[in-house]
Amino acid sequence: MNIALLLEMAADGAGDRVAVGSRSGGTRYPELLRLARNTAGRLALQQGERAALLDGNSPAVPLLLFGAALAGRQFAPVSYRLASTQLRAVLGRLAPGVLVPGMHAVLPRPLPDGLTVWRRSQLLAAAHRSADGGMLSQADPDDVAVLLFTSGTSGEPKAAVLRHRQLVAYIIGSVEFLAADPGEATLVSVPPYHVAGISAILSSVYAGRRIVQLEAFDAESWVRLANDERVTHAMVVPTMLTRIVDYLVASGERIPSLRHLSYGGGQMPARTIETALELLPRVDFVNAYGLTETSSTIALLDPADHRTFASSDDPAERRRLGSVGRPLPTVQIEIRDPDGASVRPGVFGEVFVRGEQVAGEYLDGSRRKRDGWFATRDGGYLDEAGYLFLHGRLDDVIVRGGENLSPGEIEDVLLAHPAVRDVAVIGLPDAEWGEQVVAVVVPADGAPADGPALQHWVRDRLRSSRTPSRVEFVPALPYNETGKLLRRRLRDQFSGPG
Amino acid sequence: MSSADATDLKPGSRWRSAVCDSEVIVVRAPAAPVLLCIGGAPALAAGGDRSAPGAADPALTGGTLLGKRYADEESGLELLCTRSGAGTITVAGRPATIMSPRKLPASD
Repeated sequence: MNIALLLEMAADGAGDRVAVGSRSGGTRYPELLRLARNTAGRLALQQGERAALLDGNSPAVPLLLFGAALAGRQFAPVSYRLASTQLRAVLGRLAPGVLVPGMHAVLPRPLPDGLTVWRRSQLLAAAHRSADGGMLSQADPDDVAVLLFTSGTSGEPKAAVLRHRQLVAYIIGSVEFLAADPGEATLVSVPPYHVAGISAILSSVYAGRRIVQLEAFDAESWVRLANDERVTHAMVVPTMLTRIVDYLVASGERIPSLRHLSYGGGQMPARTIETALELLPRVDFVNAYGLTETSSTIALLDPADHRTFASSDDPAERRRLGSVGRPLPTVQIEIRDPDGASVRPGVFGEVFVRGEQVAGEYLDGSRRKRDGWFATRDGGYLDEAGYLFLHGRLDDVIVRGGENLSPGEIEDVLLAHPAVRDVAVIGLPDAEWGEQVVAVVVPADGAPADGPALQHWVRDRLRSSRTPSRVEFVPALPYNETGKLLRRRLRDQFSGPG
Repeated sequence: MSSADATDLKPGSRWRSAVCDSEVIVVRAPAAPVLLCIGGAPALAAGGDRSAPGAADPALTGGTLLGKRYADEESGLELLCTRSGAGTITVAGRPATIMSPRKLPASD
């Protein structure tokens, strides 16, 4: 059981389909397998067990992902946006091995010992040049397939470990082999160092869906490529969808080929998804929740749910449009209180998950409990019908006067105010209450910066303890490039005397 | 059935037919050891020597389909076909049933 098996099956069962690239000149599955085998043959001659990538999306990504698997090496995509000291530390942890930088990647000098640099162009040229080495799948199901550095919004990046059996279990458990119609194409714009960038390749290959790659995201390029390549499917993180929606509104352009759009990786502003539903009425929407440590998706809100809940008059049903749906059939999800006891529907607690795809492991060891459960550090609750609602990271919970407050709950209320374009609620030190609730607001276009009105709005809808004691206005909130809000940076910015 | 007749069906282990082109991978192990046959002959560990294939049992030529999942409810065994072939999969003599397709929407 090796992720390369997924490609071998596609090459066997869909030899005439394009795997990656344009409709006319793309690489078909048998050719992709041949190139991956050639890459594996070269990797096997190198020292070290890592095959690192410092690049955006390109044809080199599937070659290195599957090539590493065939050679028994670990694929380690790294963000090329890391600051140089952080990058040097990350690369130092990956040595010895091969490092493939993209055209624009800036390598730290001196480079950590033990890394052999192959330029992306060298890798591609060599893969095309070699004769088929006919490598056999070497990795054991228990071997490490992928190392991903999690975003580290609250500290040093951690290296999450994903093993072959976990990734294969995720794909076999959630994707039907070659179920895609021959005309389908998916636009991959999430970077390869994000778990969705990896799972997009694996699930598209297994489904037989052509992969179209956008090297680095911007809304205009995304829309143009989607139209040029008649893209039918795509996955985006919330900041991407917000920018795509803004671009569609401003330019008047549409994406007639698009039929299916999944989103995840953070909290989606309700207004963005409502506008997207209006602008793209023929598109099926999927909200997916997953973590790097769970091999991607563990729960989803499917297209039928979106349609039912968007048109429902029942408040409980309408609320579910803001949920992340229900667990995959192959996954168990439980909410637990701080003592570890499972709680009833409607009660807030920590999200725990169990299933064959759940890795819950870092380079320094496993965090899964003996019985397989993994604590996500996400806060949330399940409703009576089993829909999962998330309220942010537990590490972001504000403790005010002994009461635990969820920033997400207060942010949801503020986002519903017409004068609010974006908002982050953070806890700052307070002499009397321990922490105070502070809202950092990006005003809507032309809206007044009226703090008392927003405080009043929250007090009317939530308890007074949840009302921000301070409202700050900023032109934009700090997000990392995969859409995670950098709350720590806001806390640093505003923790001086207000 | 003696345990000597059973196949060691660990999750992730790969097996091939001795009498046709079929290959399978174990997705879920059986609760207790069982004998796995394809085309009437005991399955062999994949990657081993390709000895001269025997003939499939004419009564067990329903075939296997690449990418389909097969299950034996009684033992709990679940397999994924990784290469199509002419023989029928049997588990302790019972023909394995083809599982219905996944219906989850794409999410990544």
